[in-house]
Amino acid sequence: MRYAMAIDTKKCVGCSDCVVACQTENNVPHGYARDWIIEVIDGTYPQLELEYRSERCNHCDNAPCVRCCPTGASFIADGGIVKVEHDKCIGCGACIAACPYDARFVHPEGYVDKCTFCDHRLEKGQDPACVAVCPTKCLYFGDMDDPNSEVSKVVKKRKFKTLIPEAGTEPQLYFLI
Amino acid sequence: MVKSRRDFIKISALGATGVAVGSNLIYADGDKHVKTDKQPKGPYKQPSELTRTPTYCEVCFWKCAGWIHKNEKGKVQKITGNDDDPNSNGRFCPRGTGGVGMYYDEDRLKTPLIRVKDKYGKQTFRKASWDEALDYTAKKLRKVIEEHGPECIALFTHGSGGKYFGNLVKALGSHNIAAPSYAQCRGPREVAFIATFGDGLSSPEPTDIRDTQCLVLIGSHIGENMHNGQVQEMSDAIDKRATIITVDPRFSTAASKSKYWLPIKPATDLALLLAWINVIIEEGLYDRDYVEKYTYGFEQLKEHVKNMTPEWAYGITTIKPDVIRKTAREMGHASPSVIIHPGRHVTWYGDDTQRLRAVAILNALLGSWGRRGGFYIPDKAKVPGVPHPEYPKPSRTWRDAMSGKYELADLALANGVCDATIPDPSLNCSIKAWIVNGTNLVTTLPERQKTIEAIQSLDFIAVVDTMPMEITGFADVVFPECTYLERYDSLRVTQHREPTITLRMPAVEPKYDSKPAWWIAKQLANRMGKEEYFPFDTIEEELDWQLKQVGSSLEEMQRIGVKKFKRQYDDLYFKDGEDIEFNTNTGKIELYSTSLEEYGFDPIPKFTPHPEPPEGYYRLIYGRAPMHTFSRTANNPNLTDLMHENTLWMNPIVAKEWGFENGQKVYLQNQDNVVSTFPIKIRVTERIRWDSVYMVHGFGHANRKLTRAYGQGASDSELITKVMMDPIMGGTGMRGNFVTFLTSKPVKEEARS
Amino acid sequence: MREELIVSGRSNPLIDPHLEIWEWQIPAYLFLGGLAAGILFFAGLFYLRGREDKYPTAVRVAPVFVPVLLAIGLLFLFLDLKHKFYFWRLYTSFSIESPTSWGAWTLLLVMPLSVIWAALYIESVFPKWDWKYTWAKDAIKFLSGYKREMAWGMVVLAIILGIYTGILLSAFNARPLWNTSILGPLFLTSGLSTGAAFIVLLSKNKTERHAMGMIDLMLISIEVALIIHMFMGFKASTRVQIEAADMFLGGQFTATFWVFVFSLGLIVPAFLEFMETKGKRIPFYIAPSLVIFGGILFRFIMVHAGQLSRWLY
Ligand SMILES: Nc1nc2c(c(=O)[nH]1)N[C@H]1C(S)=C(S)[C@@H](COP(=O)(O)OP(=O)(O)OC[C@H]3O[C@@H](n4cnc5c(=O)[nH]c(N)nc54)[C@H](O)[C@@H]3O)O[C@H]1N2
Ligand SMILES: Nc1nc2c(c(=O)[nH]1)N[C@H]1C(S)=C(S)[C@@H](COP(=O)(O)OP(=O)(O)OC[C@H]3O[C@@H](n4cnc5c(=O)[nH]c(N)nc54)[C@H](O)[C@@H]3O)O[C@H]1N2
Ligand code: SF4
Ligand code: SF4
Ligand code: SF4
Ligand code: SF4
Ligand code: SF4
Ligand SMILES: [Mo]
Repeated sequence: MRYAMAIDTKKCVGCSDCVVACQTENNVPHGYARDWIIEVIDGTYPQLELEYRSERCNHCDNAPCVRCCPTGASFIADGGIVKVEHDKCIGCGACIAACPYDARFVHPEGYVDKCTFCDHRLEKGQDPACVAVCPTKCLYFGDMDDPNSEVSKVVKKRKFKTLIPEAGTEPQLYFLI
Repeated sequence: MVKSRRDFIKISALGATGVAVGSNLIYADGDKHVKTDKQPKGPYKQPSELTRTPTYCEVCFWKCAGWIHKNEKGKVQKITGNDDDPNSNGRFCPRGTGGVGMYYDEDRLKTPLIRVKDKYGKQTFRKASWDEALDYTAKKLRKVIEEHGPECIALFTHGSGGKYFGNLVKALGSHNIAAPSYAQCRGPREVAFIATFGDGLSSPEPTDIRDTQCLVLIGSHIGENMHNGQVQEMSDAIDKRATIITVDPRFSTAASKSKYWLPIKPATDLALLLAWINVIIEEGLYDRDYVEKYTYGFEQLKEHVKNMTPEWAYGITTIKPDVIRKTAREMGHASPSVIIHPGRHVTWYGDDTQRLRAVAILNALLGSWGRRGGFYIPDKAKVPGVPHPEYPKPSRTWRDAMSGKYELADLALANGVCDATIPDPSLNCSIKAWIVNGTNLVTTLPERQKTIEAIQSLDFIAVVDTMPMEITGFADVVFPECTYLERYDSLRVTQHREPTITLRMPAVEPKYDSKPAWWIAKQLANRMGKEEYFPFDTIEEELDWQLKQVGSSLEEMQRIGVKKFKRQYDDLYFKDGEDIEFNTNTGKIELYSTSLEEYGFDPIPKFTPHPEPPEGYYRLIYGRAPMHTFSRTANNPNLTDLMHENTLWMNPIVAKEWGFENGQKVYLQNQDNVVSTFPIKIRVTERIRWDSVYMVHGFGHANRKLTRAYGQGASDSELITKVMMDPIMGGTGMRGNFVTFLTSKPVKEEARS
Repeated sequence: MREELIVSGRSNPLIDPHLEIWEWQIPAYLFLGGLAAGILFFAGLFYLRGREDKYPTAVRVAPVFVPVLLAIGLLFLFLDLKHKFYFWRLYTSFSIESPTSWGAWTLLLVMPLSVIWAALYIESVFPKWDWKYTWAKDAIKFLSGYKREMAWGMVVLAIILGIYTGILLSAFNARPLWNTSILGPLFLTSGLSTGAAFIVLLSKNKTERHAMGMIDLMLISIEVALIIHMFMGFKASTRVQIEAADMFLGGQFTATFWVFVFSLGLIVPAFLEFMETKGKRIPFYIAPSLVIFGGILFRFIMVHAGQLSRWLY
């Protein structure tokens, strides 16, 4: 079992619904975000290209945030989901400094928080909140080990990139391009 | 008679003279619903710990159906879409998802307010009980009726509660009921399509985007314009590799998804459309059978556009002739599975009905009306209204103030009602009282000074709103409505591929001392002796009665939220060779409009140039951000989290010329020397032409009570002081305003907001 | 033009618009740790080499301050934690790949060792010191028999501690400026150098001052070499590391780094120490003070700039 997400940048409109859905689903406090949108524009008027990316924790296979955690609060759960156990976390910030994607933040209550792939929803057989809400259906989620899952199929079929592969984190978010 | 002017009251002045009202007073009049039924019926347990109640979204007018989820503590947790709803397909847009913020916003209006004068003559609001506010309002309205007649009452409304206030106003004997969604929005489109096809588009527009092979967007910035179904279907179309052609002076989100982006010089779209028609006719790309069978006036059209070549249009639009030809061919090859999208907010340059006529004609030539991948035939459930005595016939309406203009407007013009309010010796009566429900007229209507002048000439104005928005500052009475999460409303009965009806019910008790619109309207009706027009004691009874007429019930709807019905028409599209009678004078699709001709307008659209920005000025264009709706979400905590201010998009060439840096703040000054109240941050971006600047509408709020929205960004509305009136239907073209930049605010008397 | 922006206005505190998860506490803690390591290293080393009498400040006096330095350092570390009351969680697990964990456990070992060493020599700083209880006196007597073993422990742990202060940063692949293996040796050298400087400041003994000064001069030379090597390494590396280095080579930290850290904190004191060996009379406290000042500033800059450096994608 290896959970992964694919994000179709050709369909994403950067509306940020995935961000607000995550906030209401996961009680992310105002002013904080587990996921976010990047807009990249290249070129000169009128020859332009624009890419929207809905980003969140990459649930890296080789997760530096987990390796550097002194207490074991950051760990890799079933399906490769990188999680933080709140009452093991001392808030030392090492994992935050270690994540090249800035995917983690300090929750106002002191512990470090981040995307959980909505594992509480996965347990019930639901998609993560951001995936379920996306009006363009540009987020795909599922088990990469299962060749028949939507995410495996779309990653196989389409060209994709991952973010900062050079960092060696083996990210599990696939951006379809 | 000397009018006492209404000072704009910042609601922050409220506490000073506030009178505390015991909350037991609220229920004093024995309302059944609120008193005895503390816990709203339902909700029904989900398989999870959350409970859900059905609703339809009120954050914009796409009206998606969804569920309000409460957690185990009974607190509103989130809102999601209803899978059975064709408008949302179970997925809300960011504004709908963030709708929880409307409920939690601590800046909400909390109690009724009445304008009072203190002993120094200073006007403030004092808190009032519902009884006081309702009695006072009824008294004032009665006085207007006695002195001037019921026709001198007008209702402005944009939102669900409008139905009940509409019933009230009609019961009183007035038909002055206007929404800004007509003359400031889609009016020209409706008139143009009715003139062409005998039918308007209404909402949701029956565009068959999911099955189209070619989607042409002229300004309509789907993706930023988050009208849910269209965004979803555009994504489906991208999946199916449809060709998208976007015409926009700005590299919109949609443009970035398009095969062709035509960065047109603003205000010249009609020339492009005529050139496309030219190419399509000249190259024989139109649907011959369809045109022959269904349309009227092809030869006249052909003759008319003969010289309107791409070369001709190039000089006007700056779009290269070969691009015009190529894109026309793309449309031709996709025909009839092609949509020249009619857009929605189309009140741009005053010739909007004619521009939309050109859009309609182009669609007709390509045979897309009534065809798969073009425009489908929508259907709508028939739900009988509540029986009531006939409404009295008004002897006058706002139209009488229009001296015969805009007769083709099929709905009331908000600006027209405004005009009819400003006293004029040539009129025997001007409007004397307004009820304003769910529309922030001050930022919604262009020409703010005129709106304020109209308000100043009123005897009475009551505002029903949820937030201390600008308009409430002009009210004599403010009624705090509860949000859509806390109330019942009339059923949603909208058109779509499949007819549906949808229920909105409260998930939680109204916060503070707020009340639903239906209740407020009914209370006023009771006080004005019009109770027979509101025959049910509670809205539950009314809804249950209505639902039983269509084989459902309130109980069922509370469980399912959305009910689907069978289509009355047996097909979504015209059948091959089907004989069809269109609702026009000729019974045909009128490429040549006989009705426009009848009223003295061009039967086929003509291009006329519009003024261009003078040296040092730039055209002010505006649009939507996906995470906000006009001004109504500007203070929503969930949505301000995503975007809390607007920026001024500026081409790097312009920035360089002015020596501006990204993020620098400037004030804007328009051609009439109006300076923006607040500065706005510059966003230096290649995504826009150098003759225009762009900003998102709905920001720059001046009321400090809006703690998150106050002073964030600038308001496009206050800079739109010049209106280009549509002579056909009275739409207010708003994109003929030009701005220049000031690095600091000029010292002079500050314009009142 | 390339334009890149966060659409949804993500503004996570301490993360956006750039990382500032570590403010003053961590660099201060790293400095104190390095300084403590330097002192302990020389104390252990000279003790083992039988130079206790020749270098009394290094072996007896300076180490008495170490527990205090470490305590302050730990206090700073504690202040940095955002979930403070779970502090004890540091000691319920040992994470072999986590420098923070290594640091925590190293400190756990260094702390008692330094306390004991300080206790053994406390009288050399406070001549009127009196262990009131006999059990304390007994304990001191007993422990005095293990000085050699303790000195060994101190040297080894000091090196680990010194390197740790650099590795803590260099373990972060995510921050290009820190992502260099030179940072460990560099921080170790800098720690030793500040330790030596500290000893010089405390020392009343001219030969000891002179000898420590010479050692410091040597350490500074190594540091200068390592710094140059580090920047050459960056320049020869990936785009992001070039950009990271550029913050110091023309970018926002150029003046602070080259004027204050490099010149005032390394070159000037080295020059002064060199002149001293040539017999020039220069107030003895100037050079070591500059070294310590440079050491502090170096850590602040590295921690701060490192958080500004990032991968671009
Ligand atoms: N997120 C969000 N979505 C909304 C709304 C909202 O408030 N928020 N409101 C809804 C409502 S009521 C409406 S009416 C619709 C409006 O949405 P649309 O009908 O899509 O509105 P337009 O006026 O076409 O939108 C503005 C676009 O027109 C471009 N434009 C400006 N001048 C010109 C011109 O001269 N020629 C051309 N071709 N393009 C030009 C601008 O650059 C911008 O991209 O949006 C709906 N959807
Ligand atoms: N400058 C400029 N003007 C425009 C436009 C533009 O793009 N630029 N767009 C035009 C278009 S397309 C349209 S459709 C109109 C829209 O015009 P409006 O609908 O007037 O737009 P809003 O500014 O959102 O004002 C809505 C008001 O309703 C209140 N409200 C929200 N929810 C409720 C509720 O549940 N009950 C009650 N009683 N009140 C509620 C809000 O607090 C706010 O005061 O504006 C038009 N005017
Ligand atoms: S909800 Fe979907 S379309 Fe909108 S920003 Fe997120 S991923 Fe993109
Ligand atoms: S994205 Fe960051 S937080 Fe997520 S697993 Fe990778 S390194 Fe860790
Ligand atoms: S902040 Fe918490 S989760 Fe992150 S490394 Fe420190 S203890 Fe682990
Ligand atoms: S998977 Fe869940 S936690 Fe992660 S970003 Fe999406 S909604 Fe948020
Ligand atoms: S499109 Fe969005 S805001 Fe409009 S009704 Fe639907 S969910 Fe609500
Ligand atoms: Mo609109």
